[in-house]
Formats: sequence, structure tokens, C-alpha cells
Amino acid sequence: MTDKTPTRAPFTRRAALATLGATGASLAVPGLLPGLGGTAQAQSGDPIKIGFQVHRTGIGAAYGRWYDRTSQAAVARINDMGGINGRPVELVSEDDGTDPKRGAEVLEKFANQSNCDVAFGTLFSHVVIGSAPRAAELKLPYFVVSEGHHVASGMLNRYTLQPGITDVKSQVIAMAPFVGDNLGKKVTMMFADFAFGHDHRDFFSEAIKEQGGKVIKMIAIPPTETSFTKYFPQIPQETEVLYHVMVGPAVLTFVKEMGEFFGPSRPEIFGYIDSLEAVSIDSPGLEFLEGTYFWEGNPRYAQTDQTEFDKAFREAVGVDDSGASITDPADVSTYAHMFGCWETLNVIKAGMEACNYQGPEDRQALIEAVEAMTEMPASMDHPQGDKLFNGKTHQVFGVQYISKVEDGMLKVVHTTSIEDGFYPDEVDYTTQPF
Amino acid sequence: MLASLEGAVTAATLALTAMGLSLVFGVMRVVNVAHGEFYMLGAVIAWFVSTTLGTHPAIGFVGALIVAPVLVGLLAAAADRLILARINYDPERTIVATIGLLYILQQSTLMTFGPDARPVEPPFNSRIALPWWRQGENGLEMFYPWGLATTSYKLFIIVAAVAILIGLWVLLTRTRIGLVMRATQADREMATAFGIPVERVYAMVFGLGAGLAALGAVLIVPVQQAHYLMGADPLLLSFIVVIIGGLGSLPGTIIAALLIGMSDGIISVFFSPTLAKILATLVVAMVLVFRPQGLLGKASA
Repeated sequence: MTDKTPTRAPFTRRAALATLGATGASLAVPGLLPGLGGTAQAQSGDPIKIGFQVHRTGIGAAYGRWYDRTSQAAVARINDMGGINGRPVELVSEDDGTDPKRGAEVLEKFANQSNCDVAFGTLFSHVVIGSAPRAAELKLPYFVVSEGHHVASGMLNRYTLQPGITDVKSQVIAMAPFVGDNLGKKVTMMFADFAFGHDHRDFFSEAIKEQGGKVIKMIAIPPTETSFTKYFPQIPQETEVLYHVMVGPAVLTFVKEMGEFFGPSRPEIFGYIDSLEAVSIDSPGLEFLEGTYFWEGNPRYAQTDQTEFDKAFREAVGVDDSGASITDPADVSTYAHMFGCWETLNVIKAGMEACNYQGPEDRQALIEAVEAMTEMPASMDHPQGDKLFNGKTHQVFGVQYISKVEDGMLKVVHTTSIEDGFYPDEVDYTTQPF
Repeated sequence: MLASLEGAVTAATLALTAMGLSLVFGVMRVVNVAHGEFYMLGAVIAWFVSTTLGTHPAIGFVGALIVAPVLVGLLAAAADRLILARINYDPERTIVATIGLLYILQQSTLMTFGPDARPVEPPFNSRIALPWWRQGENGLEMFYPWGLATTSYKLFIIVAAVAILIGLWVLLTRTRIGLVMRATQADREMATAFGIPVERVYAMVFGLGAGLAALGAVLIVPVQQAHYLMGADPLLLSFIVVIIGGLGSLPGTIIAALLIGMSDGIISVFFSPTLAKILATLVVAMVLVFRPQGLLGKASA
């Protein structure tokens, strides 16, 4: 090629390397600059950056979509009210693929590249457990919205907090008396085979024992499974209550095949709405659910005694009275969980205001400020209901809803009190060093 | 009973998918790693067709049954012309090329279709319960126990798959196209010498193979759901089946599909699904050790 154009200067390897090197350096410089600026000072006009670890792909994608919408709405509201300490708030979203390994990498990116003040938003428990140790190493406050008991169990660390949603242990302790008293004593559990499902397995079987009941069979199902008919024959004939909690992309198939398995002679069924989050309850094949019970973190269908907060929350996020998107009724929300994002962001705001947060050097003060919180009354900041935060265990406690399917809608039949879900502290994070 | 029905459903779709893989390998000597993605595309297109037509589920389903395999087949034929033909069907390079194709198809589906699983409504679906007898207060009485039931749609899958396989067999043994394919399989150079447009046969076979995978997916998608990662499992199972049956041997593929499908169903129901997968993999290892050419494969000279 060069011999055909002898007039041009030969393009040597050395010259090529020099050019590449120069380009590389010039690319790297602007990359470094915000890094230096961010840690050196935080000017009043600079946004507070919240790193949002979001499950855009992988088995948590449906949750991720709604966690995203809820968080965007919450941040818009905070900014409309003047931001935090006079500074606007910016969400820096990053997909973690619902994968623990990528989750930890995402946290690293938040701390070292995008200079986020805190990290926030993770749902799936294996991602939380995989990411939290990295958050502590990076000294990055990590606010999770995951329901798992791993925060309050003492398994994680001082930098990981769950102030927006009650953990599974508290939920099942609050709920077990209802199951034992109203549905039956002999329970078969079907649960997703990972940390979140194991919390159900361990704490529900304990809690139902206290009610004089018994778990007679536990059936673990991998969350990536797509066909379930083969699992159902393991359900013993004497089962009085079937307790199910599934997650993953195939939850609709799971519930549908459950219906096909039981036919008209089903036992009582108590499920976590997780088995049907983001799925319309009037999908074809789900008619058998009529008369069954669900736990809901927050009632998907607007109830007759709906609070003004719930109404405004629905409006802000763009959800109608049956829990679906106002623009697309087929796009059902993960209503029982996503309020946690909204409330957590408001806790971050309250914490930052309490410690007059200025920049990453105040991260420890922020954690101490959140640890000092206790009562969080139902309000626009906490639309799901009253809450009580335990600073020692980094875990919040709230009310739970039990709904019955009536006329293809979820109707709340029982609301637990916050106290129903109390259990003795298992850890005191405040004694751990930063 | 339930176990063997479940197994038969698995075997039916598996036979279709593995048939495609086996056909492609038999005629073209190409190990198509992207086969599972053609399966996934079939399911996704089925969802797309049934929601766009959106009237009665049956119309959408029949539409999907026609449109999905044809579209996927055309896409595969195009991929053959554009990619595989350019690298002269070199065994190693085709593996790498089809891996690339796998990611292209999977990620484009993620970008367009999205990460959610979406259901397709079956054209008809009624629960067929089987009665059972037990000793009750009034002597022998009939009742309908849990689980002793299936759906009419699942029975349909089995019937449809058998019909399609018979059709395929007729195509391969009784028609000119089948003759040409078999000639190409037997000896490519001789076929060329006899004036068979081998290039076109290859494109057709690759399209047919992908179309069969898509067909299998359209049949199964009302039972499962369309999802962009759904191609991995059938790909693995198809390979297991094809290895057990003997690469390129079509009757062997069907026998192996039945074997794996039925044992998967029965072992899953009576023991655990994990054990079924372990056993299937063990069988593959054993076959590779003791009969590397597969159950019905011809020993290489």
C-alpha cells in the first residue's frame, strides 16, 4: 500500500504508537479531572450523587424497571422541594445484571469513577450479600431495599443499611399467627432456592412452630427454572396450607402450573406477592387464585381506606388504582416492594440534612445520623405506613398487609402492627468501627 | 402417569430442536452453537405475532406457527450465506462464528424485546383430570386427586411434534429436496459434480434446522414464557441428545430425545430435577467413553 503512494510519509509503528499515546493521555485527563474535583471540595451547586444499583437485566429485571421509575419519581420530588442541603440530587444508574459479581463492580464504579456520595437501591439478596463487603472496603454508605434478613442478622457491616423496607424475618413472624389461626397448621413451603428464599424457609418454619403448626415439606426451586410441573408432585397429600414464594422471570408459569396441578380441590394457599409481582392477577389461568391469600408489602390495589399518601405516591410514580402503569395497563408494577426505594431516598435526605452532609468526608456522619433515627410516621416521605428504625441492627420495621383475592382483585383482610414483627436484636452495628 | 406425560412433552419439543441441530451437523458438518437462539427467536416471534394479531389466541397461535419458523429459517439462511459460506464451513471457525451469532441474536433481542418474560396464550387449554379410586366409607369411590391431570394443550404438543417429525421424514426420504440433501450429506464433491447447487442446499438446510428449533419453541411457549435467555437450556439438552444419538443420525436423535425427555420427566417427578440433569450428563459421558459415535452413529473410518 505504501509503495503505491511514495509521496506520503511512511506510517511507521513508532509514529502510530506516539499518536496512540497522545490520544490516550488526552482522553485520560478529562477522565481524571472530575475525580480530583469531586473529592477535593463540594460546591453548593454541585449535585449530590446517589449511585443506583439497578437490576435492568437478569432475573430481577421486572423489579429493576419499577425500582427505577419509583426512584426517579422520588428524586424528582426531592429536587422540587429544593434538593438536599440546597443541592440538587442526581441518580447515577448502573445495571448490575442481578449478578453479585457485577454488583460489587458497580459499587466500585460509584466510589471511584462517578464519585457518588452513597450507593442505593439493590433488591436481590444475593447481589446485596455479594456487594456489601465491597461497600465497607470502599467506605461507601450502601442503602439496600432488599427485604432480606442479612442486614439485621449481623452478616453485613456498618456501611450497609436497610431503612426503607421490613426484613423477611419480621414479615413472617408478623404473618405466621394469621396463617396458623385461619388457614391451617400443616404447611408445605415452595420457595426460591437462594438467600431470600432461605430466609423464608428458616424463619417461617420457626414462626409457624410457635403457632402450634408444622412445615411438613420444603420444596426449593432454582430461581432460573422455567417449568414447574415436575416440582408439584412432591407436595404431600395431607398439606393444609401451601406457602409459596417464587421470584424470577417465570413466576407466572409457576402460579399457572400450580393451578393446573391442583384443579378444583386445592388446599389453602398463602403466597408472597413476589410470586406474582409485575404480573396481572387476572392473567388467564390464574382464576384458581380466587379466595387465596397473599402477603403484600404495600397493597397493589387501591383500598377503600386508601391514605392520601398512597394516592399521591401512585400519582407521582405513575401507577393506577389497580397497580399497573397509567400509560400501559399490561405493565403491572412491583407495588409491594418499590415503595421501599421512595422511602429509602427520603431517609437518605433526612440523614444528610441531620448531619449537614457536605461531601464524601461526611459519609460516617451520615451513617451515624441514620442510626440515630427511630420513628418514621406515615407521611409523604413514608407512604406505605408508620415505621420504626432500629439503629443497632440497621433495619426498619413496618406494618404488613395480608390480602385475599376477591373478584380478581387483592383486598386487604388483615394488617399487622409494627410490634407483631419484633424479634430480639442479633447485632449491634453501632459498636463496630468505621 | 403425570411423569411420563411431562416427559413426553419435553421429549416432543426436544426432538424437534435436536433434529434441527442434527440435520445441520449431518449435512453441513457445522456445529451450530447459535441453535438455542433460533429457538428463543421462535418463541419471541410467537409472542410478537400473537400480540399484534391480538384477536383470538388461536388465530395468533396459528399465525405464529407459520410466521415464526419461516422468519427464523430465512434469517438463518441469510446468516449462512453471509457468514458461514464466507469461512468455507471450516469446522473450528464455524463454531466461533456461531458463538458470535449467539451473542448478536441474544443481545439484539434484549435491546428490542426487553429483559422480561412474556406469556403467549395457548389456543385452547382445558384441564383434563384423571379419576382415581380409593377405599372410602361407601366402598370404592372415585375422586380426582391433585396432580393427576394434564392440559389438552400439552397433549396437543405431543401430537403436533409427532406429526411434524413424520412430515420431516417424508421430506427427507420421499422428495427430491430430501434426496438432494442426502446426496450432499453423503459426498459433497460428488454432489457438486452431479450439478447439485450445494451452496443453496446448505443455506436451505441451515434455515430448515433453525426453523425446526423455532417450531419447537412456538409449540412450547404457551406452556413456558418467551424470554431472551431461554435458549441456553434447549441448546444444552439438544447437544446432549445429539451426542447420545450420534451426531448426524436422525433416528438416533429421536431415540435419544425420547430417552432424555422421558427420563427427565420421570426422574424429576419422583426424585428431583437436579438429579435428572446429573444423570443426563452422566449418560453423555458414558456414551462418549464407550460409544463415541453415539447410539446409532456410524463409526468413522
